[in-house]
Amino acid sequence: MPARGLGRHAFMSIVKAAVAVFCLVLLGLFLVLLVGSWPSLRHFGLRFLWTSRWDPVANVFGGLPFIYGTVVSSLIALLLAAWVGILSALFLAEFAPRQLSGLLGILIELLAAVPSVVFGLWGLFVLAPVVQNVIGPALQAVFGFLPFFQGVIYGVNMLTASLILTLMIVPTVMSISRDLVAGVPGRYREATLALGSTRWEAVRYVVLPMVKPGVFGACMLALGRALGETIATTMVIGNRPSISASLFAPGYTIASAIANEFTEATSNLYISALIELGLLLLVISILINAAGRLFLARISREGGPA
Amino acid sequence: MFRPIRFLAGSAIALGFALPAFAAPLALTGAGSTFDYPLFSRIFYEYSQKNPSVTVNYQSIGSGGGIEQFSQKTVDFGASDVPMNAKELARAGFPVIQVPVALGGEGIAYHLPHIKKGLKITPDVLAGIFLGTITKWNDPALAKLNPGVKLPKMPITVVHRSDGSGTTYIFTDYLSAVSPQWLAKVGRGKSVSWPAASSVGGKGNEGVAGLVQQTPGAIGYVELAYLLSNDMSYAKLQNKAGQYVYPTLQTVAAAAATKPEISATDFSIVNAASPESYPISGYSWALLPVTPANASHAAALKTLFDWTVTKGQADAASIGYVPLPANVQATAVKDIAGMKE
Amino acid sequence: MSGAALSFANRRKFSNYAWVGLSASLSVGIAAILLLIVLYVVISGIGAVNWAFLTQVPHPVGVPGGGVGNGILGSTIIIGIATLFALPVGLLTGIYLTLFAPRPLADVLRFAADVLASVPSIAIGLFAYEVLVAPFHHFSALSASFAFSVLMMPLIIRTTESAIRLVPIDMREAAVALGATELQTLFRCILVAARPGIMTGLILAVARVTGETAPLLFTAFGSQFWVVNPNQPMAELSLQIFTYAISPYKIWHDQAWGGALLLILAVLALSLTARLLFRGKTTASL
Repeated sequence: MPARGLGRHAFMSIVKAAVAVFCLVLLGLFLVLLVGSWPSLRHFGLRFLWTSRWDPVANVFGGLPFIYGTVVSSLIALLLAAWVGILSALFLAEFAPRQLSGLLGILIELLAAVPSVVFGLWGLFVLAPVVQNVIGPALQAVFGFLPFFQGVIYGVNMLTASLILTLMIVPTVMSISRDLVAGVPGRYREATLALGSTRWEAVRYVVLPMVKPGVFGACMLALGRALGETIATTMVIGNRPSISASLFAPGYTIASAIANEFTEATSNLYISALIELGLLLLVISILINAAGRLFLARISREGGPA
Repeated sequence: MFRPIRFLAGSAIALGFALPAFAAPLALTGAGSTFDYPLFSRIFYEYSQKNPSVTVNYQSIGSGGGIEQFSQKTVDFGASDVPMNAKELARAGFPVIQVPVALGGEGIAYHLPHIKKGLKITPDVLAGIFLGTITKWNDPALAKLNPGVKLPKMPITVVHRSDGSGTTYIFTDYLSAVSPQWLAKVGRGKSVSWPAASSVGGKGNEGVAGLVQQTPGAIGYVELAYLLSNDMSYAKLQNKAGQYVYPTLQTVAAAAATKPEISATDFSIVNAASPESYPISGYSWALLPVTPANASHAAALKTLFDWTVTKGQADAASIGYVPLPANVQATAVKDIAGMKE
Repeated sequence: MSGAALSFANRRKFSNYAWVGLSASLSVGIAAILLLIVLYVVISGIGAVNWAFLTQVPHPVGVPGGGVGNGILGSTIIIGIATLFALPVGLLTGIYLTLFAPRPLADVLRFAADVLASVPSIAIGLFAYEVLVAPFHHFSALSASFAFSVLMMPLIIRTTESAIRLVPIDMREAAVALGATELQTLFRCILVAARPGIMTGLILAVARVTGETAPLLFTAFGSQFWVVNPNQPMAELSLQIFTYAISPYKIWHDQAWGGALLLILAVLALSLTARLLFRGKTTASL
């Protein structure tokens, strides 16, 4: 018995060391960003958050268009990817024949491995013309009365960027959700089916509620990827720091701005403003994550055995 | 469960044993301008063929990154499309020699159905387009320059580099030289705030070229090396002498020849005066320490750059760069001689 | 009365078919788009891939031949070391927050992992630069591995957590009832059952960093030569792809696509091997 107690003690020390390393990394990252953005924080203060002029020549920096572009493109991507990812996870885990499921699963996971620059180039040369000539006009014909689908349709725009991001984050949502769903013991489905439910009802009302927190976690990871993605977005979003309701107009994201300008920036204030954008992204991510958690707690209280 | 760890640990140990087997020759490292990367990789490759005792690792991390890393002494030399200014030199805190190493030009590429290369453009019209005051291809100002060309009634989409770049610096330097309005409203820089309402940004040459090729009605600026090795329509630009010229190796060389005495404080060659010169051209620069931090690298660094600005220029033309003019080479050699060994 | 009941049943049946059909077409659709992207990469890149491309170092434009052999080696080393670091930290943190941590701390850790997942990779590169490059005045593959491991951690932590949560509670109870200690239950029961999920997480994490370029510029830096010392600047495949993709020359563009093709094949191979390996094991051990 004492040897066992010792083993547990040693193990817990190792585990706590690992947790400490993780916390140190996060803290260090935060500190580096904070120190780096200090000159800009001091110089622009809160103005940085709601002014739109980004002029490196005059050394005047305001981050609003980047914040807007980041939040909008990531949320659209998350909305699409959650639907597509969860439904295809259900198909793979519940409905598809085993062979097909394995094949499709590996194919979709491969999407996660395509280098961002390849996504970017594919998006620019293949997807952007399709958005400009097919998807865009179709959306405009049907939903043209909404401000989101009005105006000139550019090939590189918020919509194209959102679609590319969707493709990039679907694998995360799909693979994790598929494992979660596949892990729900068969007897729950059997019991539900025995009560006369359809297969879809068993999945929708029994299996899915059981894995809700895990699926939510997968969505948050995916959102993280979308918020922080640089090169692919940069190739297809048009990089125009302005705010337009239309999804057909070019936009800009925080991560793209950093990737575009960081390597060539030389003045202290300029570099610092770019790092402050990075810090802001961290704050945005904290806010969205917190909001998501509140939302989850809410729906968990209302629905099934979560 | 822990198989992958065991496997990786095994390979890491194997790796440790493999290390001593590789004994490298003297390795110089440099970092900076993306524009310089293809030329440098060619020049340094040829140099290492002739001098196997020296290898040079140059990586294109961007001019700003080059200046920063050079100042932090994480690399032996830096390269930048715009020389370090007084403030940056002060921040580095040690004496620096800056010499021109590469010369390039930029073409105005466009995409108009049924109109091949050779559309005539004046500086005023170009500035108007990029300022957003000329918004249609059939604008009278453009039509007047191109009698006989049937210009479409198509909106102009302005395409610019979204990444900070020396290419943008030279282009905006040119617009600032020819248009007082541009100078007052936008100015010159590696990234600027683009005023035209229809402007979109593409990342890198590839991004700009891709946007121009896909968007009917688009216009943008692209590096000469890119124009020469890709099939794009580009404009004849009116120079200061009133002539319409294409960007070529010869017309860019002619522009450089108008200003034999360049230095890190007086380096702009845009809007050159001679009739055969192309107006959007510029140099890129190497940053060298007067006293290298690593003394054993000093002699090798000096010889390397001596070669780079002279014999090394021989291959430049074959990959789309303009060789440095003879008088610029001579000045550079004199400056490099100031390095302490 | 019975007519209404029938139509209700029909509606349920219809809705069943509709949802199953929708989920089927979405997964097939996404897989088809992937095939399009892969096909695009294959068509653009296959011409560049040959033996020299796999085994030689890069050549400048105008010098025939040349490849990305050193980049392949470099990527393997950098990602290997990153995994060595990220896997234990991520796995143990995941175990801790699922099984041992008090509730508020577990929530904080989970939150931290989600936030870390959204930090743009270039900012993580900057962090690695400040910690491991600037103080030592030289670039190194190790600093890139560190940056990569930070990128991998959140994925590993969160997938470990999901995988452990999925292990049915009665399995754990059974192990304890048989007299297993806490650690025995953890290692012999929970982790064995959670292995497929943890594997998925690891594959996703490796795939995630395989295509990553931004954090490498200021850490691994790149190299035109064969380098195996992780304390030196080192070539990396996706960095090479990026440098080539933004260059003005067609021959380099072709090589960039060839490199992208290699990256996709490598992750495909990894995913397949992992899947085959653990499939055999799980059925045997359960």
